[in-house]
Amino acid sequence: MTVKLGVPSKGRLMEKTFDWFGAAGIGLSRTGSDREYAAAVDGIDGVELVLLSAGEVPRELAAGRIHLGVTGSDLVREKLGAWNEKVIELAPMGFGHADLIIAVPKCWVDVNTLDDLDAVAAAFRAKHGFRLRIATKYHRLIRDYLRDHGVADYQLVDSQGATEGTVKNETAEAVADITSTGETLRANHLKILSGGPVHKSQATLFKSRKVNWTDSERATLAELCKKLGIDR
Amino acid sequence: MADKARVRIEAARYLRFFEERGASVAETDILQPAETLLDLYGEDIRARAFVTHDPDFGEAMLRPDFTVPVVQMHMAEGAEPARYAYMGEVFRAQDESKHRASEYFQVGYEVFDRASPIEADAEVFALLKEVLEPFNLRAATGDMGLLLAAVRGLGTTDRRKAALLRHIWRPRRFRALLDRFAGRAPLPEGRDALLAMTEPMDVKTPQIGLRAPAEIAERIDALREDAAAAPISAQEVELLDDLLGLRETTANVLEHLRDIAVDMPAIAQAVDRLEMRAEALAKRGIDVATLDFEGSYGRTSMEYYDGFVFGFYAEARPDLPPVATGGRYDALTRVLGNQNGEARDIPAVGGVIRPELTLELTGEAGQ
Repeated sequence: MTVKLGVPSKGRLMEKTFDWFGAAGIGLSRTGSDREYAAAVDGIDGVELVLLSAGEVPRELAAGRIHLGVTGSDLVREKLGAWNEKVIELAPMGFGHADLIIAVPKCWVDVNTLDDLDAVAAAFRAKHGFRLRIATKYHRLIRDYLRDHGVADYQLVDSQGATEGTVKNETAEAVADITSTGETLRANHLKILSGGPVHKSQATLFKSRKVNWTDSERATLAELCKKLGIDR
Repeated sequence: MADKARVRIEAARYLRFFEERGASVAETDILQPAETLLDLYGEDIRARAFVTHDPDFGEAMLRPDFTVPVVQMHMAEGAEPARYAYMGEVFRAQDESKHRASEYFQVGYEVFDRASPIEADAEVFALLKEVLEPFNLRAATGDMGLLLAAVRGLGTTDRRKAALLRHIWRPRRFRALLDRFAGRAPLPEGRDALLAMTEPMDVKTPQIGLRAPAEIAERIDALREDAAAAPISAQEVELLDDLLGLRETTANVLEHLRDIAVDMPAIAQAVDRLEMRAEALAKRGIDVATLDFEGSYGRTSMEYYDGFVFGFYAEARPDLPPVATGGRYDALTRVLGNQNGEARDIPAVGGVIRPELTLELTGEAGQ
């Protein structure tokens, strides 16, 4: 049987992933027409490339349908409960860097830290009659983070896009989103809370813990790791 | 784990016991409106409850406990005083430790009685103790009322006391706030700079969002008041720490608490209540000379207990969760009573048993 390697199917993340494996002498490429999701692997036997959306890689790893997968470390933590029981981080890949942060309106001069946010949430709820709204698509990561830091009286509202616009539109009081430069946040009159990001994400090669590896697959993995310089 | 049919029979046995002691049997829906539970427990409950969605009903949760629906039922239609018993499944999502059941039976007994809360406390505890007698469990007790009284009595600003009370069920946050208010931890980053400004309001940045400039100005005033306030004294913090660290038998703890109350008179009434409760328990045959009391007991449970709290543990099986837990939750009835726009509350105390755990203990005893 072959070792299935899941890789994002398009865009910069795919190109950078191909480059990263290429640098170790493993050629990943798309074959067929532009629109056909077919792929080839050179430089190692027994590895099959599976092209899929980066957002689906965590689920496929957790289900054991792929052996290895490349995706953002943020997506694995967000989409899998008890993620480290389901996958192992084999190697951070050094690209796709983004910070998951919490941001509030820049005009909130009294708010710099989570501590402030918590106090403001209490006052906001008392004044407006509902819990302070934080717009995000990272529900699990943000909820766990706020719980660990003892923040109360907030609610998460789902925002799958244009999250930075929700405050001006008055559908949220704060946002939690990924950012690499902070440009969009500044343009929308938001500022990042101090105290470091909720999570520093980057593209990462993961190994599934939910696959029953055969001897030949294990040998392929060992060879792959050797080529990639991964010390397991 | 014991099979479900046996658990149901075991549960029915406890239900009958409570019924024979005068409880009326209550039924509640399994699907609960999510909004009520979210407003009560906060967003955290999403991680612990199963959330589902119906196009008409909206967001709903699979019943994570019986307390909330039983309180709602009582406040909507119940005559006072009332004693309820119930049994059924509760559902708790187990994200991090999958070794715990995500669906299990509870059998509970709840008392809504204004006449004598202390007698009601003793009644619930003694009833659970009686029905669990064969399992030789260790009981632990506490009293959140003591802690609440201690915080309310601190010699500091109302705002600080409100902040501490709000986080009393989140021990880490509570500790961080207490350290800051006592001057033992630095102010949050940026606070000094803000306080040093004569015109802190940022008029050049667009004012966006629902939080109005007046609310921002109001908080800055509050922060200035806080900066000017004297720190909570080291002596008071020490007394609070004593209180939180108490681990003694009920008989011994009373003596210790009397000592603390000399320097912290705010807890004197709560100590009186503890003493009366100990007497009420003794009258019902509980040996208070060996009954454990823990100062911090009840601070991390999901229910918002605010008075007497207790749990029963199988000492030989530390891997098992508590076999039974319970406590007083007067404030919860106040919050739920206010949701319909009318301010109503009623003193309430109750407890739940997990029958699959007693079955498991029986199985062991038979081996």
